[in-house]
Amino acid sequence: MFNVEHIRQDFPILKREVNGKPLVYLDNAATSQTPQQVTDVIVDYYSNYNANIHRGVHTLSQEATDAYEQARIKIQKHFNAKFSHEIIFTAGTTHGINLVANGFTTLLKKGDEIIVSELEHHSNIVPWQMLCERTEATLKVIPMNTEGELIMSEYDKLLSANTKLVLVNHISNALGTINPIEYIIKKAHAVGAAVLIDGAQSCPHIKPDVQALDVDFYVTSAHKMCGPTGEGMLYGKEEWLNKLPPYQGGGEMIDKVTFEKTTYAGLPHKFEAGTPNICGGIAFGAAIDYMNGIGFDTVATYEHQLLDYATEQLSEIEGLIIYGTSKNKTSVISFNLEGIHPYDVGTILDKLGIAVRTGHHCAQPIMDFYNIPGTVRASFAFYNTKEEIDTLVKGVKKAKMMLS
Amino acid sequence: MAIQDIQDEIIDEFSMFEDWEERYQYMIDLGKTLPLIDAEYKTDDNLINGCQSKVWVHAEMKDNSVIFTADSDAIITKGIIAILIRSFSNQHPKDILDANTDFIDKIGLKEHLSPTRANGLVSMIKQLKMYAIAYQTQLS
Ligand SMILES: Cc1ncc(COP(=O)(O)O)c(C=O)c1O
Repeated sequence: MFNVEHIRQDFPILKREVNGKPLVYLDNAATSQTPQQVTDVIVDYYSNYNANIHRGVHTLSQEATDAYEQARIKIQKHFNAKFSHEIIFTAGTTHGINLVANGFTTLLKKGDEIIVSELEHHSNIVPWQMLCERTEATLKVIPMNTEGELIMSEYDKLLSANTKLVLVNHISNALGTINPIEYIIKKAHAVGAAVLIDGAQSCPHIKPDVQALDVDFYVTSAHKMCGPTGEGMLYGKEEWLNKLPPYQGGGEMIDKVTFEKTTYAGLPHKFEAGTPNICGGIAFGAAIDYMNGIGFDTVATYEHQLLDYATEQLSEIEGLIIYGTSKNKTSVISFNLEGIHPYDVGTILDKLGIAVRTGHHCAQPIMDFYNIPGTVRASFAFYNTKEEIDTLVKGVKKAKMMLS
Repeated sequence: MAIQDIQDEIIDEFSMFEDWEERYQYMIDLGKTLPLIDAEYKTDDNLINGCQSKVWVHAEMKDNSVIFTADSDAIITKGIIAILIRSFSNQHPKDILDANTDFIDKIGLKEHLSPTRANGLVSMIKQLKMYAIAYQTQLS
């Protein structure tokens, strides 16, 4: 049985106060909090077996290497990749996207087209614009509707024999919309295009199966799913990872170095130059264990209850507008109070100990679509409670009273 | 009135409040007294960078005094800029340059002074001082 009070014991930070009030942390889409079980793994690493990996004959180095590679296997199993060498450790989603975008520089030419969506985070827009500048390929955009959903009939029209790449997020960070990636992937493959899915927002809520999805690349960050910051993974199909050139040169990624010619290491090391965030990788594995211990179905069911409750309660506030009203969404509510700037609302909520995000959420095209400067975004995790939503609703009412 | 006296007056007013709510409510009210920038100056050139909300500031010199007008799309930001302008407007550029901004701390708005804070109070102060530098150069 899922017991939220029990779960909250795992997160010491939830006991702290902010501005003299109990913290109500509703900025989970920006970063999630870290359970003690993961912190313990980090402390254990630095206290007991901190060493460089893949290069020492000594015991500590062997222990660290084993733990790091075991984490890779945990990640492989979690995402159901065929091989563990299809999992590349990265510094996060942004790093993974840039790695792939860089690799396509030699594979694209003028006249080729790549498709992104209007719902993307800047991380999944800018690297592709840079790729287009390098290769003279053209960028196309799948438009969205007012509910915050991608319009699939428009996507169909953008696809052609010129389409080489399709880049879409699994779940929108600004609105919470779950995109129909199965359809997007199938259609892209039908014209011979490769697909990269930005899973930064999906991995805290669902367990993607990369083989069932038949996706070419899937990227995510550990810090949104109870892991540490500056750590993440890129899944790539073996054939694609073999085709792409290395991203950064350095130690770890080589087979043989001479001044005449250097040959590269095989997968996954070809893409892992330099000493990685060893502890981060191990802690990422621990975070995945922690989340699986609770169970993704349990998480999804509970978070949905929170979403429905919060949507219902917030909707009762007169003049409150919710952006992103798809039936298919995760526990994110982006909203504004009519005539009031989101920054003002966020400032008052902070005074009440409530952490929300305000602004454009690194998704300016979405804000342009709605013609607003930004939104207030409350995003819920499995450790949030109905009582915290009541506090939020009271806080929003107070902000409205003070600001209008 | 000298800048120092105005700032003391502001500190005095804020000292009457018991909690953050009263302070913020007052700041919001002060925002409504802000000398508003003329629509013709509400341009991208007059926008201050580093603010999550938009802030426009315009300056002009009259009888050796700098006169500031401003606006913002966020009401708390408007209050902050109103407090700054009340202290700096109608002053000689040199006095503006010499003035410090400790009073912000003293009226319980310290949290807005962090350079990483998204409201850009620090950028606002910098911008007001930049105008003062420009007019000071004209005078000398
Ligand atoms: C959808 C989406 N993509 C990419 C990112 C970037 O992730 P990171 O900053 O961990 O690289 C985020 C994080 O906010 C996100 O929400």
